[in-house]
Amino acid sequence: MTTIAELPPGFADKVLSAQSTFRSVMDAMARPGSVQRIVPGAGPPDRMMRGTAAIALTLFDHDTPLWLDSRMAESPDLVKWLKFHTGAPVVQDSSIASFALISDGGALPPLERFALGTSEYPDRSTTLILQVDSLRSGRTFELRGPGIDGAATLQASIKPFDLFERLRVNEALFPRGIDVVLVADDAVVAIPRTTRVVSKGS
Amino acid sequence: MKLSNIIDNLESASSVDPVTQHNDQQAQRKAAMAVLAHAEAGEIAARLRDLTLPAHQDLRAPENGLVMLRGRAGGDGAPFNLGEATASRAAVRLASGEVGFGYTLGRDGEKARLIALCDALVQSRDFGGAVERDVIAPLREQLMARRTQAAAETAATKVDFYTMVRGEG
Repeated sequence: MTTIAELPPGFADKVLSAQSTFRSVMDAMARPGSVQRIVPGAGPPDRMMRGTAAIALTLFDHDTPLWLDSRMAESPDLVKWLKFHTGAPVVQDSSIASFALISDGGALPPLERFALGTSEYPDRSTTLILQVDSLRSGRTFELRGPGIDGAATLQASIKPFDLFERLRVNEALFPRGIDVVLVADDAVVAIPRTTRVVSKGS
Repeated sequence: MKLSNIIDNLESASSVDPVTQHNDQQAQRKAAMAVLAHAEAGEIAARLRDLTLPAHQDLRAPENGLVMLRGRAGGDGAPFNLGEATASRAAVRLASGEVGFGYTLGRDGEKARLIALCDALVQSRDFGGAVERDVIAPLREQLMARRTQAAAETAATKVDFYTMVRGEG
């Protein structure tokens, strides 16, 4: 019997769901620090949040090498789900990945291990999709940069705690650098490489 | 596409000679697919309507894409790419866990979904017989009748060419 018992379905309406998810991610990127909702639900596999699953179905395909952190990589159901629905190749070498899915932020490898893009093609860098505990409560951060009128504040509880300190490498690297998408359940916040973050304490 | 891998790698977890059973079922699914791919979506839907279908959901909603058609000159020459053809595919899962896949030429996504549903039903212990009897067998008969008719019509126009030997010497 061809049974894929633990394989949740993809989007019910592929086109509209992907468009609406894309819109949410694009708005999040255009307005760093703003919390966007991802509406369409796709039955997420184990260890993956609803928002992450929707982003995966929208942005991943066979041309986007994918790097998974060890917690995600050791779930065969999750890998099978990604393979079935997106066809994206899962790679071991994080420096060639287009996207990196991180469910355990505490074990985030040094950012230099990911693709940082090249001066000719700064877009060829890895986009980190980081699952966090909350984008509503926790420490307060102040964000500045393109897409923000003055300063924006973000409340979030994020692992690793020094994520934004680590992202300082973006300042020196520009136009190369790492873009980050934070996901908590169905909420997303994007921290593109141009955004400067200052922690304001809790 | 890694679909074939997924199909090939799944071992049947049955107790009675899993290999034989697996092969039987694969042959049955193949035969069903050969019929369904040539049937019209409306015909399949009409015949499925008479069955009480179990609960099912779309694992992969119908989608269109292109497949590369490859050919070989003379049937055994070097392979070449003939061109691309539109294909539709879908995957359906029954509540009982069976997953069916449907592929068909053309852009008829609904047909791909119906084929996937039939493929899942063929594998199901409770519905396999009914689907074979009420859906696939009648469609197979129709297909055969159409083919025989086409063959007969073609045969009626057959011309035998022959050369008379000219009696020159």
